[in-house]
Amino acid sequence: MLKIKNLHAKVEGLKILKGIDLTINAGEIHAIMGPNGSGKSTLSSVIAGKEEYEVTRGEINFEGEELTEFDAEERAHKGVFLSFQYPVEIPGVTVTNFMRTVINANRQAKGLKDMPANEMLKMIRDKSELLEIDRKFLSRSLNEGFSGGEKKRNEIFQMAMLEPKLAILDETDSGLDIDALRIVANGVNKLRRPDNATLVITHYQRLLDYIIPDYVHVMLDGKIVKSGGKELAYELEEKGYDWIKEEVGA
Amino acid sequence: MELKDKLLSSFLAFEENVNMNSDIHDIRSRAIKDFEEMGFPTKKQEAWKYTSLNKVLKHDYTVFPKKHDTIDYRDVEQYFIDDIDTYKIVFIDGIYSSHLSATTHEKIDACLMSSALNNSKYKPIIDNYFNTVAPKESLTSLNTAFSREGAFINIPKNTMADKPIQVLNFSTGNESALLVQPRNLIVVGENSHVQIIERHQSLTDQPVLTNSVTEIFADKRAIVDYYKIQNDNHNASLIDNTFIEQHRESQCSVHTFSFGGNLTRNNLNYYQKGERIDSTLKGITVIGGKQHVDHNTLVHHTEPNCESHQDYKGVFAGSSTGVFNGKIVVNKEAQKTNAFQSNNNILLDDKATINSKPQLEIFADDVKCSHGCTIGQLDDEALFYLRSRGIPLKEARALLMYAFANNVLESVKIPELKARITNIIALKLGVNVGYSL
Ligand SMILES: Nc1ncnc2c1ncn2[C@@H]1O[C@H](COP(=O)(O)OP(=O)(O)O)[C@@H](O)[C@H]1O
Ligand SMILES: [Mg+2]
Repeated sequence: MLKIKNLHAKVEGLKILKGIDLTINAGEIHAIMGPNGSGKSTLSSVIAGKEEYEVTRGEINFEGEELTEFDAEERAHKGVFLSFQYPVEIPGVTVTNFMRTVINANRQAKGLKDMPANEMLKMIRDKSELLEIDRKFLSRSLNEGFSGGEKKRNEIFQMAMLEPKLAILDETDSGLDIDALRIVANGVNKLRRPDNATLVITHYQRLLDYIIPDYVHVMLDGKIVKSGGKELAYELEEKGYDWIKEEVGA
Repeated sequence: MELKDKLLSSFLAFEENVNMNSDIHDIRSRAIKDFEEMGFPTKKQEAWKYTSLNKVLKHDYTVFPKKHDTIDYRDVEQYFIDDIDTYKIVFIDGIYSSHLSATTHEKIDACLMSSALNNSKYKPIIDNYFNTVAPKESLTSLNTAFSREGAFINIPKNTMADKPIQVLNFSTGNESALLVQPRNLIVVGENSHVQIIERHQSLTDQPVLTNSVTEIFADKRAIVDYYKIQNDNHNASLIDNTFIEQHRESQCSVHTFSFGGNLTRNNLNYYQKGERIDSTLKGITVIGGKQHVDHNTLVHHTEPNCESHQDYKGVFAGSSTGVFNGKIVVNKEAQKTNAFQSNNNILLDDKATINSKPQLEIFADDVKCSHGCTIGQLDDEALFYLRSRGIPLKEARALLMYAFANNVLESVKIPELKARITNIIALKLGVNVGYSL
């Protein structure tokens, strides 16, 4: 589904991604772990199409197409979804109106008519129940004054509404207490299908107890330096990153 | 001939045409003398530093349009808020159009200034209110000198106007270039309530200059909600002078929606004359090209325990220019005044500019005054967030601009009007919005 080859990216003249290789097949869950500043969020944003990041080398192939040829919105239409590490607050637009705009924008891109209002409301109700989101929450301004946990839950709610092919969850576990973590992980698991894939970015092994990865990758200084199975996550939790740094001579 | 000279010489002919009582004659004669002395404002004056009338004044305006009653309702339907029942006072080239209007004298008077000036029944109201709050200023005096037509709205005490009143001023372009000077008087009695929607609309590309004066009086506990839709053709300019006198516990709000027109200047003055008064001034400006919109506001607090709320939002594209000049005066006696002012702007292009200047003159010591001005661009992070969800760039920008202006729309009390304004903004931004915010 996703084949990243030798990806290099710059922001404001600074080289941040320094040759990433990553292949994710349909049905798989991958986890990327790594210390702060290693480039995990940059990689997520580059895949999602943030314009400030300049891809200087390499390719991002998504279902046979070169993603870098497309704008962020077109990538979304193709089924790429990013759960933001820091979701943006948009005062003046309610969660419900935002969702309505998002769903209809995606339908329009596929040449479909707007979703009828009652169908939309039902879908919003069903998906918000999946994430145990309070009804009142839906009429609040998007992310404005939301707690860290509410923002993350709202991201996964959007993911549930959009049912993407590739979901990238950037530090979705940070700011969540254990109950919220369980709800969010449960939501993600329920959305799993043989034809979609998930890339989980996290600091902590904790989330990986709930969303069990097929592969774990370690990112250091803009490169994936080690890959393994889920046991690698336990090893990192126990021993930190220093041993890997030594191992790869970084 | 210079426009000023033309106006001065036209005045004599004008006076011969209008047959009115001597009080008004005196007021007019004084006003034309004042205008002769002051002339048109220039950029040398502080209040006109960022707005030049030079280009607007250079046209050879016709001052006395001939009467043409050639407009079909179907041709102007789109400019009416027609999904609700309203009273309508409609003028074409400054002349009353009976077939487009729906006036009343039943519980309230929603009719014509010319009939109020000529009917002895209204003499006490004219004597008490006409030209009493309008200050001696060049453009206002000019309007006063030529005042004969406009909307006259009189709400007796303890009366709720049963429907909103629309005041529409169309210009046809039958004259090569046209100067119109509507003169409106609105008197709202104790405990009474009225909603008014005003619009100026040119129907052709001929140059039009409107120099309008509106005087509003809100008696004790009166509630007045006034909405101005400024979405005129690119060759139409508007100088709107609105003066409001409020008495004890009254609430007056003016919302100004500025989307169209060439040059628009809003002089909006509130004079508070009592305790526990609430004054609200709100505006949304969305312009582009070479358009210019200037908001020049004054709120004068004279007694204790009053409030004023100003919230102006502006989105400027192309090489458009905006001005916000907000003056708040708090007299020594006006203790416990709460005066808020905010002016937030988004510049979409490098060539767009906004000049924003608060002016606070506070002589009381126990007051809460706040003012804030921001000038920024659309937030790139927010744009990326919306686009990453599949919202195309143009719609994402529009959504952020709506979100930005939304709290000003929220206080519009007529839902159909709110929907109309939302549509105009969408059209202006070139997007099709399937949602209402
Ligand atoms: N917009 C930006 N401008 C400048 N530097 C940036 C920008 N975004 C990220 N960086 C830098 O790139 C590096 C990687 O950041 P990031 O991808 O956020 O790491 P992680 O998510 O792994 O913590 C950091 O050194 C960070 O300071
Ligand atoms: Mg990060």
